[in-house]
Amino acid sequence: MNENLFASFITPTLMGLPVIILIVAMPNIFIPSSNRLLTNRVLTLQRWLIQLILKQMMAMHNNKGRSWSLMLISLIIFIGSTNLLGLSPHTFTPTTQLSMNLGMAIPLWAGAVILGFRHKTKSSLAHFLPQGTPVPLIPMLIIIETISLFIQPMALAVRLTANITAGHLLIHLIGGATLALLSISVPTALVTLIILILLTILEFAVALIQAYVFTLLVSLYLHDNA
Amino acid sequence: MDVKLGELSSWILTRDFTPKGITGAFQRGYNRYYNKYINVRKGSIAGVNMVLAAYVLFSYCLSYKELKHERRRKYH
Repeated sequence: MNENLFASFITPTLMGLPVIILIVAMPNIFIPSSNRLLTNRVLTLQRWLIQLILKQMMAMHNNKGRSWSLMLISLIIFIGSTNLLGLSPHTFTPTTQLSMNLGMAIPLWAGAVILGFRHKTKSSLAHFLPQGTPVPLIPMLIIIETISLFIQPMALAVRLTANITAGHLLIHLIGGATLALLSISVPTALVTLIILILLTILEFAVALIQAYVFTLLVSLYLHDNA
Repeated sequence: MDVKLGELSSWILTRDFTPKGITGAFQRGYNRYYNKYINVRKGSIAGVNMVLAAYVLFSYCLSYKELKHERRRKYH
């Protein structure tokens, strides 16, 4: 049971070939593109959703921040589709690997911070000291704010990894418990109900991407306030 | 199909196995599926569901080695 529990998180290889490349590229075929104005149902639905997300997300940015919209919309679509695909049975979710989430979080955060420092140096440095702090507290507060700044990419990556991994592990555990209790069969109905509720709540993994991109967004907004 | 079973070996030899040829083959296959099931006036959810089912089957084949131990047997 112990070895089986974490076996679904091993990077899949097929006779030494990294199949993970195919799996990461898999959400791509679910999102086609077209030049037409009136498209098929799948494409219309996706375009409407993207339009909704775009308007909601880019409303609070100025023109300079809106040049990031392609990046951020691709980010939310990729993470959303990858997490949702990982909810199907036996599939492998790439976002459970910390390496991939760090690879997504660190460049984006670093880009936002460096952009803010280059274009508005004084305003970026001023974020380290909230308004109205008593003078003796200033050195300690600057240290605390610096630490909280550098922890942002780590928090972004670890948050996504931990949430998705924990959800998958819970589903495995509770599913296994249900199967084991089936022969005893007294609290079977109760446990099956817990599985169902948990799966529905886990489908709010989509809300997690919302959290991811929003946090990223807030950081971008604060630093690139042109 | 347009190729008969007896002619299969000679047909495979006429295929183009360069990277460009393989890419073209995947592109043609994708376009064929897309135009038949998704790019229609009243497409249903079955067009996407077939791809999802194939993906689940593929992932099952990949993880069969670890799943072998979870069958109901008296002696594993």
